[in-house]
Amino acid sequence: MDVILQAFALVLDPAVLGVMLLAAIFGLFVGAIPGLTATMATALLVPFTFFMDPVPAIACIVTTVAMAIFAGDIPGALLRIPGTPASAAYCDEAYALTRKGKAELALGTSLVCAVIGGVIGSAVLALTAPMLAEFAIKFSSYEYFWLACLGLSCAVIVSTGSTLKGVVSLLIGLFISTIGIDITAGHPRFTFGSVEMMGGISFIPAMIGMFAISEVIRFTVSTDPKPSVVQQPIKRVFNGIGSTLKSYKLNVFRGGVIGAVVGVLPGAGADIAAWIAYAVSKRFSKKREKYGTGHVEGLVDAGTANNAGLAGAWVPALVFGIPGDSITAIVIGVLYMKGMNPGPTVFMSQPELIYAVFIAFFIANLALLPLGFLAIRLSRLILRVPRHVLIPIILMFCIVGSFAINNTVFGVTIMLVMGVLAYFMEENGFPVAPTILGIVLGTMLEDNFMSSMIKADGDLMGFFSRPIAATLGVLVILLWLVPLCRALFRVISRQRT
Amino acid sequence: MRFNDAITGAVLVVFAVAEIAYTRTFPSLHGQAYGPDLFPMLIGVGLFGCGCVLILRGLLARREQRMESGGQASASWLDLSNVAESSNARLNAALVVLFLVLYIVLSDFIGFIPISFITISTLLYRLGSSLISSCVIAIIATAVIQFLFAKILLVPLPAGWMQGLVW
Repeated sequence: MDVILQAFALVLDPAVLGVMLLAAIFGLFVGAIPGLTATMATALLVPFTFFMDPVPAIACIVTTVAMAIFAGDIPGALLRIPGTPASAAYCDEAYALTRKGKAELALGTSLVCAVIGGVIGSAVLALTAPMLAEFAIKFSSYEYFWLACLGLSCAVIVSTGSTLKGVVSLLIGLFISTIGIDITAGHPRFTFGSVEMMGGISFIPAMIGMFAISEVIRFTVSTDPKPSVVQQPIKRVFNGIGSTLKSYKLNVFRGGVIGAVVGVLPGAGADIAAWIAYAVSKRFSKKREKYGTGHVEGLVDAGTANNAGLAGAWVPALVFGIPGDSITAIVIGVLYMKGMNPGPTVFMSQPELIYAVFIAFFIANLALLPLGFLAIRLSRLILRVPRHVLIPIILMFCIVGSFAINNTVFGVTIMLVMGVLAYFMEENGFPVAPTILGIVLGTMLEDNFMSSMIKADGDLMGFFSRPIAATLGVLVILLWLVPLCRALFRVISRQRT
Repeated sequence: MRFNDAITGAVLVVFAVAEIAYTRTFPSLHGQAYGPDLFPMLIGVGLFGCGCVLILRGLLARREQRMESGGQASASWLDLSNVAESSNARLNAALVVLFLVLYIVLSDFIGFIPISFITISTLLYRLGSSLISSCVIAIIATAVIQFLFAKILLVPLPAGWMQGLVW
């Protein structure tokens, strides 16, 4: 109890609340502008969190992301352009509602469901993470090795497009993580004599490059025409929400649970949660034919799921240090920077910080209701902000942000290289998320792999010598077999025809 | 800018071979069978394998494309359909990269304020703002960033030409 009170004191500090409010405004703004994603918002925030204490830093990220994921629904409903990838699943549905003149209903439902989903996700996080942590304290390098494999494999399998390209993307990330002094022998790898490369590729400039610079480049060469905002009064956002929620209360619950569970899975985050929840909703609905024509039911499921998934993704991140999605990948980087190394021990040594994170989640999601309402009311104004004015300013913020991490231009170089790389990767159908997870998890994977190999003296059966490790190992191998079987099946069926 | 899979695959294979060759130069741990070269080598092998499959896929896709068009049109190695036609847009993207390189090379000498002003105003102007508003926005943005990072967060942004003038 003492710990919880301490945690409350940490979060309810006026300075922290002030930071959260600013972060909320920032998150709503970035989320609502198409092309600027929640992940990009987080990447841009990191240089600022660098200069904060752990609690405001984490609270700031939590708030920004919760707001941005909801705000992504606004351009989805009004322009048919999802503001963030997590809104893509039901963007057409929301826009169809708007075309019917029901923009208020679409946005109101999105908002209320986002709040409920966020609270469900926060509750799942607060309840499961400490339990898992107690369990995880017994894990050895074998379990951690398999867990890291599980997270990376999930990230590849759920990534959009071809699995093969996902694997390539992951391997690129893992390769980047090997640059610098190696952990077992202290030998500099791939540094080519550069002293700055010895410390490895700084994670934050890499992140800013992959999520912000690539977006800047894409904007400058893109052929997309300028979207026009739907002219429709958006005032009484909460009208009829009560009856909608009443008739779909099962959907709200189901969406929340699906979101939280998908979020907890390492490697899958809010956007996957929304797609799955939408598909499940359609599959079990009595009015399946109405989906896609402006039917609010799918919106309820998926709108709840993505915000629930957001909090769920923090479970593996906090307990094992394995990110659930690219946002928590950034968060893990920040946690390390703050000396709050994720893992079961932080639950024992600094429980007040962990509880403070939970409380920040609840506050951020509850604050979403009034702030999100405000954002909807101001949506027309926000959507009118010309993106071509923002892009150069964002570029400058990126430069200064990656400079500020080590106060050298080497950070800017990393950002540039990674930005160009991410641009070419995405253009050619290579998903970027596995690279990020590879960079974040690479060191942990190699560390545990090497110590397991040395412990088992090269005997690969050693990786299956403990019950949990064996279970995880079998699970990972089964997971690897899925795409292989799929490919084999495709080849066989093609030969038959 | 989409390349045929065979090209990306070939790039990966070349990279993987170079990487594996380089890892061979790493020293091994005394008395240990596994050293710092093991993990990068496994990554290299993976990249090599994926690269080979991508080459195969790219070539197959090309053959299919050619068969569909009846052997007439030659399938392209590079697809530029999602890049804006105008050389304007391409120049803008090149400018983004160029300004980043300029910052890396010259920021210490010129200083943050001039380089930020030049970068923001030029890009704003190129992306469609008027000359005056570009300059005004660039001045405001530069001032805000300088204040936020140098004054509040105490980041030592390079002073360069403005040495002694910066508040």
